[in-house]
Amino acid sequence: MSAVRRRWLPMPAQSLILFLVWLLLNNSVAPGHLLLATFFALVIPWLVAPMQMEQPRVVKHWVAVRYTLTVLYDILVANFEVALRVLGPTRKLQPAFVAVPLDVEGALPITILASTISLTPGTVSAEVSEDRQWIYIHVLHLEDERALIDQIKSRYETPIKEIFGC
Amino acid sequence: MLTTTILIVSGMICVALIMNLARLLTGPDLPDRILALDTLYINSIGLILLFGLHKGSILYFEGALLIAMLGFVSTAALCKYLLRGDIIE
Amino acid sequence: MNPIVELIICVFLLMGGLFVLLGSFGLLKLPDFYTRLHAPTKATTLGLAGLLIGSMIYFFVNEQRLVVHELLITLFLLITAPVSAHMMAKTALHHKIRVLKRTSGQELTGAARERREPPFDSA
Repeated sequence: MSAVRRRWLPMPAQSLILFLVWLLLNNSVAPGHLLLATFFALVIPWLVAPMQMEQPRVVKHWVAVRYTLTVLYDILVANFEVALRVLGPTRKLQPAFVAVPLDVEGALPITILASTISLTPGTVSAEVSEDRQWIYIHVLHLEDERALIDQIKSRYETPIKEIFGC
Repeated sequence: MLTTTILIVSGMICVALIMNLARLLTGPDLPDRILALDTLYINSIGLILLFGLHKGSILYFEGALLIAMLGFVSTAALCKYLLRGDIIE
Repeated sequence: MNPIVELIICVFLLMGGLFVLLGSFGLLKLPDFYTRLHAPTKATTLGLAGLLIGSMIYFFVNEQRLVVHELLITLFLLITAPVSAHMMAKTALHHKIRVLKRTSGQELTGAARERREPPFDSA
């Protein structure tokens, strides 16, 4: 059964996303579009599956949902903070480069962590070291380096580790 | 009320576009200019959306979506070009 | 149209416009490239999300049907904004862009450029 599924539906999550995006793009649920969306959702993954790279799987879906909500909330709240910083006097800014040690492994979890760091205001991820042990970030206004690293590790990295079970 | 708001917000975005243009022209280094271009395209998506609201037509979303995609690809391509040029040296 | 709905749309649009303006203002005002990078990538994304939510409500009320294109654009921007920010920061690092003098941790830029581990144990 599983072999049959892997043969004909190699990427179920991506198939679902394709199906939904096609319907969203056309903004309709007419039978024709449903048929076309199903066709694309089946054929495109079948064509690109050989190019797929092995990625860690999402283990805990609920943590993923909670993590998304946390990040959205953080984006909203912290944006106001950066807005005040931008409007306030430039002289008071204390920008900094900080190196954060990475505990997560694999390309996808590190990408998600880096994107989260870039989206939550005040920090931009700039570079990942070759051995994937350190991520370099630029901070708009640094007050306490230790606290910032601890916050990134506890608030973002721990849930990511939980989600991917690594 | 809505018509006035749309006009006001369009004005705000136009001011933002002018600021981006100033950064694009003055920006001391190449990455500054890329950043200005990136912001320009994102702001123009906002302007197109507002125009769609003003006309009450959903046709403009296709254009906005296209600009979003092409803008991202062009930013990525410009960065990649600058990076690779540096690496080959 | 219901005046309350209209008010909600106006609030979303104004908030979006303000954040877009703020992002560009930061782009113009802040002193060096790395600090400039912060303003447009985040404030503008949030501003555009505000505009998109406003127009989504408008078309939902006015056309009596769900218009979800906007969600697609928001999602797309949310995914691409950090990626392009990361690429631009990387480009700036490799081009040795001038850094604001009082930036702390400048000794890290050399290590970051060569993708090594930091020169001392900062953790």
